[in-house]
Order: sequence, then structure tokens, then C-alpha cells
Amino acid sequence: MSALLTVTDVHISYGKVEAVRDVSLDVARNEIVTIIGANGAGKTTLLNAIMGVLPLRGRTTFGGVDMAPLDIEDRVATGLSLVPEHRELFGTMNVEDNLELGAFRITKAVAVTSLERVYTLFPRLKERRKQLAGTLSGGEQQMLAMGRALMGAPKLLMLDEPSLGLAPIIVADIFRIVGELRAAGVSVLLVEQNAQAALQIADRAYVMELGEFVLSGPAKDIAANKGVAASYLGFQHEGESAI
Amino acid sequence: MNTTIMLFLLQDGITNGAIYALLGLALVLVFAVTRVILIPQGEFVTYGALSYAMLATGQVPGTARLAVAMGLVAFALDLFFARKALHARLVIRSVALNIVFPVALLGLVYALVGPHTPIAVNIALALLIVAAIGLFLYRIAFQPIAHTSVLVLLIASVGCHLALQGLGLVFFGAEGLRGPALSSAAVTAGPLRFTGQSLAVYGLTVGFIVALWLFFGYTKTGKALRATAVNRLGARLVGIRTTLSGQIAFLLASVIGAISGILIVPITTLYYDTGFLIGLKGFIAAIIGGLVSYPLTAVAAIVVGIVEAFSSFYASNFKEVIVFTLILPVLVLRSLAAPQVEEEKD
Repeated sequence: MSALLTVTDVHISYGKVEAVRDVSLDVARNEIVTIIGANGAGKTTLLNAIMGVLPLRGRTTFGGVDMAPLDIEDRVATGLSLVPEHRELFGTMNVEDNLELGAFRITKAVAVTSLERVYTLFPRLKERRKQLAGTLSGGEQQMLAMGRALMGAPKLLMLDEPSLGLAPIIVADIFRIVGELRAAGVSVLLVEQNAQAALQIADRAYVMELGEFVLSGPAKDIAANKGVAASYLGFQHEGESAI
Repeated sequence: MNTTIMLFLLQDGITNGAIYALLGLALVLVFAVTRVILIPQGEFVTYGALSYAMLATGQVPGTARLAVAMGLVAFALDLFFARKALHARLVIRSVALNIVFPVALLGLVYALVGPHTPIAVNIALALLIVAAIGLFLYRIAFQPIAHTSVLVLLIASVGCHLALQGLGLVFFGAEGLRGPALSSAAVTAGPLRFTGQSLAVYGLTVGFIVALWLFFGYTKTGKALRATAVNRLGARLVGIRTTLSGQIAFLLASVIGAISGILIVPITTLYYDTGFLIGLKGFIAAIIGGLVSYPLTAVAAIVVGIVEAFSSFYASNFKEVIVFTLILPVLVLRSLAAPQVEEEKD
């Protein structure tokens, strides 16, 4: 199976501080890959750099094409999509307008089928389609952010902490939908602190610590790894939910 | 004061207010999309008005040549910023927009100019010239610093205003100009006489407001502009080019400014620096609207126009002072309502 996204020997710095060091990863078509790790490990930085929000050193390709000369908008057009940690919705516009803008780069006919698909995945959004995005609950905002990203019919969806700050029941819902995306032909690169939930739906996983990948392999093996279990699965910090 | 005078003042105030409303709306639009407080808006007014007036006398205005010069600079900037990844498509697009368009426009001006050119042609040429200048102004002065703070953008904006005003003196000279009226028709209603010109002012203002409302509420491009205003990163993540949004905003603002100028120049003599003061009154309306609300800005602009008309009747020496004082209570109220003003993070 050919790789959809490849990231080779990537370094990302904030000024003199190197936040991500010598990281390589790949995501194949129809694959769900997760990056787990503690807060501040550099996971969000890595996703933002892959999207083009932050500059990086190293080589990234998407669908076999070198991404270095492409800016964010070009990367969106090639089928890469990011649901950022802070969701970045259009708060003063309604749900339907947000979704419609998600399909900004594609033709109207495709957008209509995309909208139906998103409403099937997230019936809540259909109920609230005339409501302003800023007035939605946290879970609904996360659904809207994912829906908006899916409207552009991406080949690879990158999700940054979709479970952050959400009630466990909604987290379960969102992870179920992420699992369903594979059937729709969308690959997923998922960044999560909720390692247990992420490892359950992922095919493969990378473990990130202090800006480096320390472990990678099939999600099952990672979940069975004793070190990982001790660091990320066994001892949940207070306030973090383990579903 | 008798009723007739009051009606005259009201009519005068509403006519001026309508112009300020157009300018205020353009300011709100540009600020929302690009966070630039568009001080050079007044220069768009002057350039539109005086280019039109010069075309009407059969001369080629210097602004047409300025558009070509600015296009060359914009082209050079395009090449410089894209030097690491030059695609043929990008270069062709840049040549078409920055070189072919203004040069063709200049050629068109030379071909069509004359003492007997129809008014409509002169208006179209003046609008196109100012539209080109607005577009290139964004490319040259604001696009390279689009990510900086509001304050930096404001300083750049003041710089553009000074530069354009100085160039205005070079192009149009120190003497004022007047342009021919759009129509000589007039309607009398009671004591009031509505000239075709003032009816055109009302009609175009209402038309523009409705058009802007439809554009922002119902078109994909309009919604994309709003989205850019609400969340720049979010807009980029769905593939909306914020630079394109900025260009569209400046294009609209310059066209609106030029139309305002063309509407005023048959009524009053305009000098190379008159636009600034007119633009400032639009700015007051925009500030009263909090730089976000279109309807509030439009209403405030009408109020500014009426206050100006009455104060020029009662205390004409203090006309500007009274008008600009309107801003003080608004600023006080707004700062009380929102004590913490946070700089938008980008």
C-alpha cells in the first residue's frame, strides 16, 4: 500500500528552541494513525507544521508530491485537512455557513453530497443548522469543526485533540465517527492525550516524548507495551477521563 | 428658524450623510477583513473625483500612469515573494493582473479621452483607475505586513495617505476642480428642490447598501470575506486565500471611495486634499458603529451629515469641531462598556 503522507527527518523550532526533533512518520491510504504523548510533547506543533501553519525543516510529501512549495491553501486543495486544537470556527456565522465554507475549494455539486454526508454523520448539526457556531456547546463545536473539514472531501483528515474538554459520552461518539471515516475512504492522523481511546480505533501508533518519537508500531502492540501502559494508560492524571 | 430652512438643512445633511455612509461602510469592510484602518480612503475619493473631472476636460489624469507604476511594483513584489516556487501559472496571473490590466487601462484612457467623451465612459474609466490603485495599494503596502498588529497596519495606512495625498498634488495641482453633473434633471417637492445629482446620491447609497448586504449574506465570496474577518486561520484552513480577501476588500473600498468622489465633485469644488476630511467623517460614522456594524455605521453617517449641516448654519466656524466632537461621547461609552481591549491574536 502506497503512503499517502510521508514525513521524513523533520525538525521544527520556535526561535532557538527545537520543539520537534528528527521525526519521521507515514500514513497509508485508508489507515488511521495516532500520535500519543503527554502535554507539550510537540504533537500539535507537528500537525500544524504538516499543514503549513508553522515552518519546518525536513521533507514532507502528500500523495507523492513534495509539499515544501505549497502554502496552507494549496495543501487544502490537494486533500489535506486539519481540525485544529482550538477548532477555529467562524463563531458569528451559522452552522450551515460554516459547513458551506468548508467546501470553499470544491464545486457546488460535490458540496451538496458532502453536506448530506456530514449531516448523516452528525445529525446534531442538522438540527442546529441555523444556530451561530459560537453559541454551540463544546461537543457540537468539535462536531462542526470536523464536519467543516470533511466538507472539503479531504483524503487525509488530521485531528488535533478532538476529545479535549468534552464529556466522556461525546468523546465516545466522536471516536466512533472517526472509526467510520475509514469506510468513507478518508485516512486519519489523530493526535490524542486520551491514549486508550485513540489506540482502540487506530491501526498504527507513534509515541511522542519531548519532541521525539520514542516508539512506533501497530496500535495493538503499543497498547500492550508495558512502558506505554504505565505512562499513558494505567495512571491517568486527575481530571483526565478514561473511557 | 423656520420650517423651510430646517428642511433645507435636513436635505443637505442627508445628502452628505449618504456619502459618509458609503465611506463608513467601506472602512468597516476593510477593517473587518484586513484589520487595516483605511486612512487613504479619502484619497480614493479625491482620485476618483479629480480623475473624473480631468477626463471630462479631455486630459489624461496622472492617476492612470500611477496605476501602471504601482502595477510594476506589485509585479516585482509578486516575483520576489514567490521566488522559491515560481510556477508558470502564477507568473501569468501576476503579469495579467499587474501589468496587462493597468497598461491596457492607460491605453484605453488615451484612446477614449477627449472633450466630447460621454459622461458614462469617463465615470467608468475613473472607477477602473482608482480600482487598480486600490488593488495595488493592498499588494504593495499591506499584504507583506498582513500578519502584523493593528497599530503597525495603522502606521502604514497613515504613510499611504501622506504619499497618495502628495501624489494628488502632483497630478491635479493646487487648484480645485469641479466635474460635470450626472444629470441636469430636477424635481420640486414643496419648498425643496431635488437635483438629479442628489437623487443619484440617495439611489446609489441605498443600492450599494443593499448590494453589500446581498453580497455578504448570500454569495460564496461574500461569506468567505466574512469568514476571513471572523477567523483568519480558520479561513486559511478551509482554503480561503486571505490575501485574495484583502484584495477584494480594498477593491471594493476604492470603488466605493471613487463613486463617492464622482457623486460629490459636481456639487462642490474638490482639492487634492479635500478627500481626507470627507473620509474622516466616514471614519467617525465607522467608529460609532464600532468598526463592526454596517447598519449602525450607516445610521451614524446620516446623523453626522445632519449635525454637520445644522452646525454649518449656526456656527459655521466650528462646523468641523462640532462634527468631530461627536466621537468623544461614543469613545467614552464604548470604553466603559468594554474596559479591556485585547489585541486580536494572529
